[in-house]
Amino acid sequence: MSIGIRTEQLRKVYTSAPPSATPRGIAGAPFAWRSTPARRPKVEIVALEDLTLEVRPGEIFGLLGPNGAGKSTTVGVLTTRIRPTAGRAWVGEEEVWVRRVSVKRRIGVVPQRANLDFSLTAREILTFHGAYFGIPVAERNARAQALLERFQLADRADQLAVGFSGGMMQRLSIARAMMHDPEVLFLDEPSAGLDPQTRLLLWEIVRQYGARGNTIVLTTHNMEEADDLCARVAIVDHGKVIALGTPADLKASIPGGYVIRLKFSPQTPELLASLGNAAGVTDVRALGTFGADVYADRGGSLVPELLERTLRAGAQVSDVHISEPSLENLFLHHTGRSLRD
Amino acid sequence: MRKTFFALLARDAHVARRNFATVLLQTLLQPMLLVFVFGRVMTTSGFLPMQYKSLLLPGIIALSMVLAGIQAVAMPVISEFQFTREIEDRLLAPIEIEWVAVEKILAGMIQALVAGLIVFPGAWLVMGRGVALSFPHPFLFAALCLLVALLSSSIGLTLGCSVGQGQIGLMFSLVLAPMIFFGCTYYPWSALQKFPILQHAVLVNPMVYASEGLRSALVPQFPHLPLTAVLAGLVFFDVLFVSLGLRQFRRKAVH
Repeated sequence: MSIGIRTEQLRKVYTSAPPSATPRGIAGAPFAWRSTPARRPKVEIVALEDLTLEVRPGEIFGLLGPNGAGKSTTVGVLTTRIRPTAGRAWVGEEEVWVRRVSVKRRIGVVPQRANLDFSLTAREILTFHGAYFGIPVAERNARAQALLERFQLADRADQLAVGFSGGMMQRLSIARAMMHDPEVLFLDEPSAGLDPQTRLLLWEIVRQYGARGNTIVLTTHNMEEADDLCARVAIVDHGKVIALGTPADLKASIPGGYVIRLKFSPQTPELLASLGNAAGVTDVRALGTFGADVYADRGGSLVPELLERTLRAGAQVSDVHISEPSLENLFLHHTGRSLRD
Repeated sequence: MRKTFFALLARDAHVARRNFATVLLQTLLQPMLLVFVFGRVMTTSGFLPMQYKSLLLPGIIALSMVLAGIQAVAMPVISEFQFTREIEDRLLAPIEIEWVAVEKILAGMIQALVAGLIVFPGAWLVMGRGVALSFPHPFLFAALCLLVALLSSSIGLTLGCSVGQGQIGLMFSLVLAPMIFFGCTYYPWSALQKFPILQHAVLVNPMVYASEGLRSALVPQFPHLPLTAVLAGLVFFDVLFVSLGLRQFRRKAVH
């Protein structure tokens, strides 16, 4: 049976830099228990402001936002690893901070940065993980072998994971998270740093895992990934949900979602103004000195008119590119900033 | 929960077995060399009296156990909490995270006891003839060993959760070296009589109770701290470092 996830006005304020920003003990004082606030001024960083959302049972849900938006903190709270300053969260019927052990039984976590047990081989990482979850020996050995094959790690199964490439570590992290067959799978930036081929493999595996009725939460700042995988997406910025819905609904909600990129020369103010006057165009932005981005509510059907206006102004057109309404454009629309800022 | 706890222990045992030879050399070579120089060379050549062998042996056992326990817990904890956060898979195991820390302490205790078990006959052998040990109270000796082992691994947990990777060298020179040299390992506490301030100051060093305790159990013919003081000291520091260690662990583990 599938289970859902809920958060209610989650708030998290760090009094020092969040764990990922500065590894403690490197930048800190030699002995942590002596590092009194008097010597290190307290910096308050609000990672989550007022985050309320609901993930439906069996859904693939995306948290989309730029770096520092609060995605990883949300996952941290939901996976018992970060204590919320205020607010509550539930995985299924279990309140996360109250029933940590039961919650940990039901979830699998793929962290942003591989945190594999470097003292063990790939196979041992999986079998010991199985042992932590009380899976009997024969079964965990069989599961480990199956996962190693599925993630194309079988030939390196008995080598220490410390020597693995980034992509292999990421695959092993995902295999480990699936080892105890959790009802909810959290993937924090699963495809960051993966080559395109591995990314496709990963997406396929995530889709299959979701198809079996499991709930999946993934964070990403990759539009394509959210668009391709997720049933619903929450756009998060500054620790708040600023938009929520299916990728299609979200994209349809912004006016002038199409961007037509024209490359031409010479670029003149008169030509830019003329492009802006075409019917259905909402905005025109100069593209360097050799073209323009035209924001419009239509795509292809507008191209002939734009071309005609360009040619009439005596410019040479070298390229036309149409991008359909995207979550990237949506993010820009909601925040005034690009996702990659 | 029991299954998870034992699986964590099995993981540490597996890793310890794999690194057995390295760990052995790392923790026991130095005490054995000390035993050879002070317990054999200096005594045989007549610079030190033969009785010094018997006086030194309990101190060396205490020292080896404490070093082994501290290193067995502190080193892995330091590296597993670094930015690779290797420990995360165990923090996500279905068990309260305090039990993960307790498991670390237990694993460290076992390694400290194994170190003691190896050093005891080893050092005895290296010293050669003239070691006069007695076992009037074997159970007391066993209880003292357990308290010393717990002391070492809980200090290891506290240090491991308080020190960063960059400060390991500092930890050895600033914490462990004074602890060893002012820990009554190479001399009995009564030898400090001529240095009254130092004699009282070293009582804050948990190592003193470990060496003096084993001395009282193995070579009662030499002066040593009264047993009640030893037991009180060991229990006090055990409780202190277990609670400090757990607190530091919790702080490191949950943000």
